[in-house]
Amino acid sequence: MIPEWGMLSLVIALIFSGLLAILPSRFLKNKPEFANHLVNCYALGQFVFIGLSFSILAYCFLVDDFTVRYVMANSSLSLPWFYKLCAVWGGHEGSILLWLMILSFWTGAVALFSRSLTPSLKVKVMAILALISIGFSLFILLTSNPFWRQFEVLNVEGQSLNPLLQDIGFLFHPPMLYMGYVGFSVAFAFAMAALWEGKLTTTFTAWVRPWVLASWCCLTLGITLGSWWAYRELGWGGWWFWDPVENASFMPWLVGTALIHSLMMTQREHVFKAWTILLSIMAFSLSLIGTFLVRSGVLTSVHAFAVSPLRGLYILVFLSIVIGGALVLFALRAEKLMSQAKLYWFSKEAALMLNNVFLVVLTFTVLLGTLYPLIIDGLGLGKLSVGAPYFNSVFVPIMLPFLAIMGVGVGLKWSKTTVIVWYQNFKWLILASLVLPVAILMINQIQLVVLPLAALSLSFWVILTSIKACRLKHWGMMSAHLGMAVTVIGVCLSSYYGIELDMRLKPHESALLGNYNITFEGAEALKGPNYTGTQAIFKIDSGKDVHVIYPEKRIYTVGMVPMTDAAIDVTPFRDIYIALGEPLDEGAWGVRLYYKPFIRWIWAGGLLMFLGGLYAMIKRRPR
Amino acid sequence: MHALRKRRLMVIASVGFVLLVAIALILFALRDNISLFYTPSQVKTGAAPLNKLIRVGGMVVKGSVKHHPKSLAVAFTLTDLKQTMRVYYRGLLPDLFREGQGIVAQGKINAKHQFVAIQVLAKHDEKYMPPEVSAALKEGRQ
Repeated sequence: MIPEWGMLSLVIALIFSGLLAILPSRFLKNKPEFANHLVNCYALGQFVFIGLSFSILAYCFLVDDFTVRYVMANSSLSLPWFYKLCAVWGGHEGSILLWLMILSFWTGAVALFSRSLTPSLKVKVMAILALISIGFSLFILLTSNPFWRQFEVLNVEGQSLNPLLQDIGFLFHPPMLYMGYVGFSVAFAFAMAALWEGKLTTTFTAWVRPWVLASWCCLTLGITLGSWWAYRELGWGGWWFWDPVENASFMPWLVGTALIHSLMMTQREHVFKAWTILLSIMAFSLSLIGTFLVRSGVLTSVHAFAVSPLRGLYILVFLSIVIGGALVLFALRAEKLMSQAKLYWFSKEAALMLNNVFLVVLTFTVLLGTLYPLIIDGLGLGKLSVGAPYFNSVFVPIMLPFLAIMGVGVGLKWSKTTVIVWYQNFKWLILASLVLPVAILMINQIQLVVLPLAALSLSFWVILTSIKACRLKHWGMMSAHLGMAVTVIGVCLSSYYGIELDMRLKPHESALLGNYNITFEGAEALKGPNYTGTQAIFKIDSGKDVHVIYPEKRIYTVGMVPMTDAAIDVTPFRDIYIALGEPLDEGAWGVRLYYKPFIRWIWAGGLLMFLGGLYAMIKRRPR
Repeated sequence: MHALRKRRLMVIASVGFVLLVAIALILFALRDNISLFYTPSQVKTGAAPLNKLIRVGGMVVKGSVKHHPKSLAVAFTLTDLKQTMRVYYRGLLPDLFREGQGIVAQGKINAKHQFVAIQVLAKHDEKYMPPEVSAALKEGRQ
């Protein structure tokens, strides 16, 4: 009976969402206080019942209720209990339920922290959030019900969670990402409400900013965690693959970053109001597209739609209603928000505007690269793939001027700055960021190459200008900008000065990896809770000290899935990464050895950006 | 009003310039970095270009995988059940590379008409067939 309760509470939640969407606005004119009260009650009810439904699904996983199809497809008896919890969002149905739960969480949070809003605005915001919630609830109930049951006992073991997903990174990565995706729904609902009311006040922008920052923080952390997980768990040392799934999370992040900056402009100078609204719509639309792209299986093939036509049709209709409706409303009402902009070409506004232009262009290039194969396949023009080289060769040249502008913009004043005054203030920093990287590389006797040198110089430029800006006490901005530079340094050094070796090693054979002597000491059998395998012993000799690490090759008992579990020797300045390939003759193994300088900086930068966003969110802005 | 118009023009010009550069980059990058998919039959009939990055996919023929005794060089045969082709590769094969499994290899056909792979992909799911491969196999069966 318990799974049925889960479905029932989902239906009850749907009723609450329906009430929230329709009823409070009826009382708005006569009893605004009562309308406000209703909104809070319905939002709470919606949250409680969706939460209940989600908990029931989690419970089904914990007690291995294999009569529930979704549980059987994504869990197994031998799975440790915390991975059973991860498995709740390991498949399509559960992850959409997680999405819905997070939406109800954000909706509840808006209800709770919106005292400064007028009742009429609050009711509108909540109605729009409720409409999105209805869309998702119906999607789950009609096409992707995780509580669907079957009573034949087909396979008592369960089909298990993909071993790749059995990792601590996966426990946090999807919920964080979803917190970010769904968080943009708040900004979206606000944009819609503003268009509905036909005006955008300063309290409005001040109010929406922490919400945008909150979801941006979650998204940043989610992407960082995902990249770290891919590096550790996918086994081959890559940290970003320009995979459509990753792009789907990256695009809302880019637009979200643009939105944070354009909000700043709208709040201070009352310009670009319509643009800010449009960005809010874009951020949420890309989040929606991302969710569906990843979860519907369209990415592997457009024909995945044919597998479950109803699901595909629902997604298309839902997307066109939400995105199309929002854009139509924007087209009708944006005129009212247009403002006469005064823009000097050398000012903070101009830099922020360029920031927005660059970020949107970057999003556009990523979107094109992601959808291009789908479009070509859909038109029947052939099957092709757009690989990482495309993204690298488009992204890098756009990133470089972007970093330069980032550094310049921080040092500019609102409305107008004189070029000469600026140059007088910054000439030493320009010189320092040109000279320092060259000096550092030369001292460490590292070969000078043009592109990494340019990237390093620009990173130093961003770092130095952020530090110089510390007198402004915008610690959030400082931390985020420093984080960006740190990430760029990590990306650039690890990709240009990293060493990759594929070797065939017999026991007690050594290989030279840069300045490190690496010896394969031997391999032993391994037995884990739900896998067996081989554990190898590698000695890393740097000349000064010796480390020993143990990469593994696991074979998961359910389905006999092999998995590479790489071992990494970590210091802040370099990783030594060893992954076992396959066993060959005479006890030899195919082995991949990596030397990755500064790779940790990639995620350290992500963390800095996250902390910066968090600080900016919590801090009260001076009025 | 005149100054305002001038500023607006500047905004549009700068946006247009960045967009133009981006589009040029995209077109340039798309030209070089797209890899088209071919089946072993298409490769056999010479439909696939020489010395250009392509992807081929099919099932790994049972008993066809030969490792070099001293290095990581490996060769195996791919089939779409109609035709077969030999794939040469040097490096580590992915975890789910098995005989009888559908895989996709990315690489180039050299002057000697050998397909040399730079990357071999097998999806992380034992039930999964790359969509191109399953389509190719279906066609081969008929």
